[in-house]
Amino acid sequence: MKYETQKVALPFFMVAMALFTLQIVFGLLAATVYAWPNFMAEVMPFHIMRVSHTNLLIVWLLIGFMGCTYYLMPEEAEREIHSPNLAYIQLAIFAFAGVAALVGYQFGIHEGREFLEQPFWVKILITISFLMFLFNTSMTLLKGRKTAINLVLMLGLWLAAVFWLFAFYNPTNLAVDKLYWWWVVHLWVEGVWELIMASLLGYLLIKMTGVDREVIEKWLYIIVGLALFSGLLGTGHHYYWIGAPGYWQPIGSIFSTLEVAPFFAMVVFAFTMFWKGSRNHPNKAAMLWALGCPTIAFFGAGVWGFMHTLSFVNYYSHGTQVTAAHGHLAFYGAYVMLILGVITYAMPQIRRVQPYNQVLNMWGFWIVTSAMCFMTFTLTFAGVVQTHLQRVLGMNYMEVQDQLGLFYIMRLGAGVAVAVGAIMLLYSFFGPAREQVPAGGTQITAGAGSA
Amino acid sequence: MADGLTKSAARNIFYGGSLFFFLLFAALTAHSHWYMVNVSTDSEGLTDSVKHGKEVWEKNMCINCHSIMGEGAYFAPELGNVWERYGGHENPEAARSGINAWIRAQPLGIEGRRQMPAYDFSEEDMNSLIDFLEWTDGIDNQDWPPHPAG
Repeated sequence: MKYETQKVALPFFMVAMALFTLQIVFGLLAATVYAWPNFMAEVMPFHIMRVSHTNLLIVWLLIGFMGCTYYLMPEEAEREIHSPNLAYIQLAIFAFAGVAALVGYQFGIHEGREFLEQPFWVKILITISFLMFLFNTSMTLLKGRKTAINLVLMLGLWLAAVFWLFAFYNPTNLAVDKLYWWWVVHLWVEGVWELIMASLLGYLLIKMTGVDREVIEKWLYIIVGLALFSGLLGTGHHYYWIGAPGYWQPIGSIFSTLEVAPFFAMVVFAFTMFWKGSRNHPNKAAMLWALGCPTIAFFGAGVWGFMHTLSFVNYYSHGTQVTAAHGHLAFYGAYVMLILGVITYAMPQIRRVQPYNQVLNMWGFWIVTSAMCFMTFTLTFAGVVQTHLQRVLGMNYMEVQDQLGLFYIMRLGAGVAVAVGAIMLLYSFFGPAREQVPAGGTQITAGAGSA
Repeated sequence: MADGLTKSAARNIFYGGSLFFFLLFAALTAHSHWYMVNVSTDSEGLTDSVKHGKEVWEKNMCINCHSIMGEGAYFAPELGNVWERYGGHENPEAARSGINAWIRAQPLGIEGRRQMPAYDFSEEDMNSLIDFLEWTDGIDNQDWPPHPAG
């Protein structure tokens, strides 16, 4: 850690991980209801668990992005954060807003559009906090060095704030409502968040592989270009069945197929830089995350997205467990792994120790990642069976769900494994630092230029 | 890959191309907005009651169990075409009283079956909610879903 104010990131990481833990708890509760439908039906109905699970994810990812940005910005801009106090204040506001929304949900206080259920005043607090964050980081950037990494990152964050404003627009016409609802939901996760993802990944690769910045930054522009060229019109795959014109079927099919390209490019990018790299970085766990993140994002967002994105396939699969399968692995691969990777990279430096607890961290990596993949497979099988029975044969929804019980029990099992792996990760981040370096390390020194 | 491409060229392609695709996307969205208001949805039939029905739908966060036009939680049946499923096209009165009775009967309390909570809607809220579901069923959405089962 070259700059003192990079430690601003620490409380962001801690709050993010606390909310991540809660997200898993609510996920386990909801998965239990799928397996045993009467579970907690009186105390906490399913919709409360579900809104808590999804909102916690969104809030902790955003807080995680903020922490990553505060950690990265001083090194990239070559100056201290504009105002560390402002950072702590905006974190307090954001965390308060997120927790207030969560508590409110338990008492039925909410709005009613999916993922945007936060009460109006919570949305206002989130907006204020995010603007404070953007001001603080942008001031740091403006006075400092401008690199492709920090410019693309800040562009992604600013655009995320701009598209968030559509959360305040709720037309009375349901079709129009959905049209603009996707301007938040899709343009975030399949648009500008990919800018954040690619730039953070680029940062990790510069630091850990030692590949020349010029090369990495050129790749970065190519990747984010692919992301927006495909992702903007790719929104069309959400416009097939909501009352929009028929031309979205060819446009959405073609451009959302192309959405696979930036994810594939990120895999090639990460592995090429890894092999080209001459630096034998001691944080092997962070390197594992930096390679795992684009790989799982490629499968979760790319392959699983493509599986049901063509309009003539989606006509049958839309709104089944296939979507749930894709959603879980895409978010995990692209954004959860990204933030866990940056935390793995940053924590030893923030704590001013050599990389520690690496073997435990890698166990956590493999357990959580395998369990998320297994969860995705079970939901995919459930979704395929559901699609056939309900959408092809026309069987009644509830009868079909009765056929899927085994898949839901296996999904719950996968959820328990995720929780176990997550506990290992949290302990490896925040627990006592013991030096654990994996033996050998041929995987790290495989690069041609390595010593 | 892309050895002939310089970083500044890649940057310019990114900014220029993104702007181009954004403008194209915004223009198509504007047209879709126009199309929804004038062609695919019943703007005249979007009465105060339907609007209130959408508020009831949102106030009770139905979306976090059900789906509507395929979007939602997938935990409970699709409701974008529930009006059709209850035979509303042939017999609107029977569909209306059928949906009303079904909601009033919750929770069913059947062991091993997903439970919908009890909602103590006023008659006005209930009617508005059903008006909203009827209006939604009327959206021309490319004949989705493939079966009335939803």
